[in-house]
Amino acid sequence: MTVSRPALAILRRECLRLLRRRGQLSQPLIFFTLVAVLFPFALGQQSALTQQTGPAVVWIAVLLATTLSLEDIFRSDFDDGSLEQLVITSTSLPLACAMKALSHWLTSLLPLIVLAALMSFVYNLSAVERLALLSTLSLGTPVFSLVGAVGSALTVGVRGGALLLALIILPLYIPVLIFGASAVHNAALGLPISGEHYFLAGLAVLAATLAPFAAAAGLRARLS
Amino acid sequence: MFKALHKYASPMHFYALANAWTPWLFGISATLFLAGLYGGLVLAPADYQQGESFRIIYVHVPSAWLSMFSYLVMAGAGAASLIWKVKLGDAIARASAPLGASFTALALITGSLWGKPMWGAWWVWDARLTSELLLLFLFLGYLALQSAIDDRRAAARAGAVLAVVGVVNIPIIHYSVEWWSTLHQPATISKMGAPSMATSMLIPLLLMALAYQVFYFAVLLVRARCEILEFEKRAQWVKTLASTRLVAHAAP
Repeated sequence: MTVSRPALAILRRECLRLLRRRGQLSQPLIFFTLVAVLFPFALGQQSALTQQTGPAVVWIAVLLATTLSLEDIFRSDFDDGSLEQLVITSTSLPLACAMKALSHWLTSLLPLIVLAALMSFVYNLSAVERLALLSTLSLGTPVFSLVGAVGSALTVGVRGGALLLALIILPLYIPVLIFGASAVHNAALGLPISGEHYFLAGLAVLAATLAPFAAAAGLRARLS
Repeated sequence: MFKALHKYASPMHFYALANAWTPWLFGISATLFLAGLYGGLVLAPADYQQGESFRIIYVHVPSAWLSMFSYLVMAGAGAASLIWKVKLGDAIARASAPLGASFTALALITGSLWGKPMWGAWWVWDARLTSELLLLFLFLGYLALQSAIDDRRAAARAGAVLAVVGVVNIPIIHYSVEWWSTLHQPATISKMGAPSMATSMLIPLLLMALAYQVFYFAVLLVRARCEILEFEKRAQWVKTLASTRLVAHAAP
């Protein structure tokens, strides 16, 4: 239990810290809703077109809203110096990074998935599409948090870090976007989507295995 | 052998070595370019389907190869710097990035120039073209990170992590894009990947690929020398080098 105890303490602290900053927590959610609402205005009053593009719009909006919240994984800890303490403590740094990514997923992405469920009603998706959208979002968004933690670690304390973070991290999100969006597309056509589910689960496992180490290496590179 | 390797991994010796090799590499590359271009543009016959416009492969295909090769060099040098603390790795990784970005851009531009007469469109969401575009974004992300962090050493270290993460991701991105384009697209005209190419067309292509490769190493050495000087500007040998150059310039 020597490993999991500090890990759980970090997880608890991170969740509390993120939940107490309600303003920063809610802004990506509002942004997500806004982006998703903007599309129908541009597409016009064609309900068929809006319904068809709905899943893609929701995926893109989740992607953009995620990049807004990523900066906060390490930012405030860097500002008050506790990040340096974390790096020099005996607790395994990759484990701490994994916990930070997990807490980011719990506090930022889980609410986004709930909002995406609401949006699927706004976009008038069928039940099959909604199920496909939510299941792929649940499998794919952990990758966003884990890979995003690497980007957040690399850009911590950099001027204009948020935009830079989006630039370096968005290309890495494309596989998840491809499998997620195509799953919903195929589900609408009545095709089986277990293939996409397996791919997304595989990506999530790969990210969970490697990304914490990369994030730790990134933090060491930035702070030493 | 390891002793020699160790010696030339030190910035000072590498600088001298690069200094000596650069003119030779430029010379060899120019010769290969002339031979390859003559073979490709004059000697090789026109393609029976694509006519003269197939000749763009002599600049397009080597650029595409080199774009991936530059990323591998960048990530490999970055990994060497992260794992074995080889200082030279930082300089080489940083030197390779703008070169790789240029080769990627060149591959994209020549690809779309070729696509206009062949596909009838400047841009087609073809799997290979799209992967190449994403590779360009990976390069641009690396360059943006380099320019955002002021301290060179810290920037190089952060860049090394990013490049290694990118190398793990490139196959995933490539195959998912391939999967995506076969799923969503009607089969586009398959590219010029004809398995058997006429020898008179193939030899100039290989010459051009070699010319690009040698040119890449020549420019890489020039850029790496500049990076080394910046990295080591506090070192005694750089100061000596600078002062002897100054004296040499002031003497006549």
